[in-house]
Amino acid sequence: MRGLSLLLFITVASDATTDLYVTAASLPPELGVSAAPAVTSPVASRYVPEEYGHPGIALARSAEEPAAPSTEDGESSHQHGGGGYRIVQWEWSYVQTPYIIASWLLVASVAKILFHFSQRFTTAVPESCMLILLGLVLGAVVLIASKKQPYQLDPGLFFLFLLPTIVGDAGYFMPARLFFDNLGAILLYAVVGTLWNAFCTGFCLYGVKMAGVIDEKVNAGLMDFLLFGALISAVDPVAVLAVFEEVHVNETLFIIVFGESLVNDAVTVVLYKVYISFVEVGPGNVHTADYFKGIASFLIVSIGGTLVGLIFAVILAFVTRFTKKVRIIEPLFVFLLVYLAYLTAELFSLSAILSMTFCGIGCKKYVEANISQKSRTTVKYTMKTLASIAETIIFIFLGISAVDKSKWAWDTGLVVSTLIFILVFRAMGVVGQTWFLNWFRLVPLDKIDQVVMSYGGLRGAVAFALVVLLDKEQVKAKDYFVATTIVVVFFTVMFQGLTIKPLVKWLKVPRSTNRKPTINEEIHERAFDHILTAVEDIAGLNGYHHWRDKWEQFDKNYLSKLLLRKSVYHKSELWEAYQKINIRDAISVIDQVKVLIYSEDTNTVNTHPEQWAAIYAAARENGSGVCLDLQVIDTVPGAKIEEELETHHVLAGNLYKPRRRYQSHYSRHFMTVGEKERQDREVFQRNMRNRLESFKSTRYKRHKKDRSQKKAIAQNCSKTHLCITFVARKAPETPKERPKSGEI
Amino acid sequence: MGSTNSTLLKIPNVEVLMQETGFSPAHIIRLHDRFKALDKEGRGHLCPHDFGAIKELAMNPIGDRIIGAFFSPGKETVDFHTFVKILAHFRPVDKDRPKEPNSPEPINSRSNKLKFAFQLYDQDKDGKISRDELLQVLRAMLGMQVTDEQLESIADRTIQEADLDRDDTISFEEFRKACKHKRFTMFRFCIRPGERKLMLTLCHWSSELQDQHEL
Repeated sequence: MRGLSLLLFITVASDATTDLYVTAASLPPELGVSAAPAVTSPVASRYVPEEYGHPGIALARSAEEPAAPSTEDGESSHQHGGGGYRIVQWEWSYVQTPYIIASWLLVASVAKILFHFSQRFTTAVPESCMLILLGLVLGAVVLIASKKQPYQLDPGLFFLFLLPTIVGDAGYFMPARLFFDNLGAILLYAVVGTLWNAFCTGFCLYGVKMAGVIDEKVNAGLMDFLLFGALISAVDPVAVLAVFEEVHVNETLFIIVFGESLVNDAVTVVLYKVYISFVEVGPGNVHTADYFKGIASFLIVSIGGTLVGLIFAVILAFVTRFTKKVRIIEPLFVFLLVYLAYLTAELFSLSAILSMTFCGIGCKKYVEANISQKSRTTVKYTMKTLASIAETIIFIFLGISAVDKSKWAWDTGLVVSTLIFILVFRAMGVVGQTWFLNWFRLVPLDKIDQVVMSYGGLRGAVAFALVVLLDKEQVKAKDYFVATTIVVVFFTVMFQGLTIKPLVKWLKVPRSTNRKPTINEEIHERAFDHILTAVEDIAGLNGYHHWRDKWEQFDKNYLSKLLLRKSVYHKSELWEAYQKINIRDAISVIDQVKVLIYSEDTNTVNTHPEQWAAIYAAARENGSGVCLDLQVIDTVPGAKIEEELETHHVLAGNLYKPRRRYQSHYSRHFMTVGEKERQDREVFQRNMRNRLESFKSTRYKRHKKDRSQKKAIAQNCSKTHLCITFVARKAPETPKERPKSGEI
Repeated sequence: MGSTNSTLLKIPNVEVLMQETGFSPAHIIRLHDRFKALDKEGRGHLCPHDFGAIKELAMNPIGDRIIGAFFSPGKETVDFHTFVKILAHFRPVDKDRPKEPNSPEPINSRSNKLKFAFQLYDQDKDGKISRDELLQVLRAMLGMQVTDEQLESIADRTIQEADLDRDDTISFEEFRKACKHKRFTMFRFCIRPGERKLMLTLCHWSSELQDQHEL
């Protein structure tokens, strides 16, 4: 469907019309993807007369053929020249497209700066709301200025450029471990939930139409409503991220809703395609076999998309293994291959979002281990920047598109009933599934979580783009659907976005005391959290250990060997050996060898994050920790004692956080500054040092052990650059290792 | 029912264990499997380095103390009974337990949970948390950038707040009073019965356990 949109707007560009949404009927159905290159030449030849009013087309076109217009431009400006030499010329047509794009980006970014000036405003209003409002204002301005609306959220632009950036960022920074721990819940909500929403909404709207609440003018049959239900019911990742960022929810909730919003793409795509084809064929001609094809199609789309993503992840990881000499272009590989994963899935009309997500998740561990620190930072920053820009553009365009009246038609009945139905069915779906899910969950999802989940099911730009893609000829009621979608998106993002924080606060109040916690309570509560985490780990209640162990075995024996750079792999091997071997035995085995964990000077450790990163890549899976506690910590005004406040401040800032409460939340606007790594490193160092000391004191009790173990360690040491500094005291047969104190 | 019983029979004194701790047979089996998984050398008891092998514990600031809590003073090993009994501390509080005046307090009562936490602070087991012990715990739980002076002032304030009889230490009663109001998540932790079923199907357990009904 999205491949078709690409052709759509290219055709549009070649048609010198102001209506950007030429129906697919004008497109000969035999045109396959192969027509794409053929279409570009007619575009070049039938040059659209330059007009300020066509930057939308130009916008779309420039993304495709930057070369084509310039030659034409060259000619026409040559004509402008006439006789005589002009010192300075007005080259608007030459720079038109990039200029406009850059100006839009600038406007959006400046708006963001202005927005952040007011602290109060920022805490109350989510950025997405602000951007939509800005879009509305800008759209109104342009409309008034030029009497027609040249800019629209173009589906092609959206699906090919804007959405991949956001999804790529999300996939790459997705906390993988959390994701897989909650995979069952995510799949349940994504598949069952979306299907439930889609069908119920569709059927009920049809019923409402029959009942006469919806106007006769809305010319839609059951299939049309089912189609509409399918595209309106999908929770949107862009909107969810934008709003949840403001509301600090606990990580489980976050990952469930976020994961759901990503995974339901497959469902939406399939339903959309299926219903489109049903609508085209006509409801009377749908056979039962087609329903089964739909189900099969879902499986193929989702699994296929995932496989494509994983294949590209392997390719990417493999490529980065050899990029030691070309460090500068390492980030380029990452971006290219992740983007190609998306496009390839689109090529085969599989689920592109799933593909990109799994590519990001799959490749992250190996890529981060293989590429240099600077490249890692570059990748992170660039992804965040691009995603931030894309999100900004999307919301602004949403605002702008709403203003153009010619594209939509209003029907109160349809709009109101849609709003009611999606809210009601979302809530019902969430409650039902949560009840089912809680049987299996370790930490059950309670009422507040359910409220947040149902309220947080936001629709966004994806729904809008899909509805705009509809074929006017086939779906007669398209304009009504467009209006409804706009209202739904606005309502969910703005109203729900604005009110979710106060709602949550209000719900939380009975549970938590308003009293400020005493110092004792703060300390002990944190200690209890740590105890709980430790007990979970000891009792093995955290996740599916069996599968995880198996996966780690497989990874260690095959994948890491293949995909990690040799030096990194050996480092990790040694560290594994170090950890696995009884420290006591290690010491006694190597007899007179003293193991030094180089840790005294934290400053030095900080400058060698590469080595630590490699160690941690091996020692544990590094999912970046997500989110927080639902309790919004407000500063109690007028605290009496300064010192007490300061103590709290010191505690709040410096108490180590247990796993489920990591402060580094996923955000498109902030870089997670490796706080988790820092904490892990410090705690790990301390613990190891303590263990070492306690074991050293009993070292002489357990003296000689297995000679083979001794050999293994010695061999490993000589092979690699060290993780651990070995200092040999005596025993001539033990190879004397030069203490590499600079490295750890 | 058949093979489950056989697994249970392998564990000595399992009925007593179940009664003392309040774990169901399903839970006991699960914990037994975990115990066996931790006990890699199959000795039938755990040593400190078996706990040390759990990677996540190394990232826990007070992980080593918690490991220490499993080992009674003087003993170097943990057998299955002790393992289960200590974990039983973390079962949710049974709200509708009939209050029999003569029976001993159940392991998972709120008071016993607090006692467990108290023991983590009180390393020398004298029944009081001295300033030094508190300093140690704080040092473990706070980041590196907190200076020693700040640490001492925090410890001082903590004791000041909680210490009611002015002996410069925190006794268990004072500790309990200090924690009176907070509803800690530690008390909501539980092993849900349904989790076992899912774990079974996914974690490659023997199939005969499948037909055991829920308790």
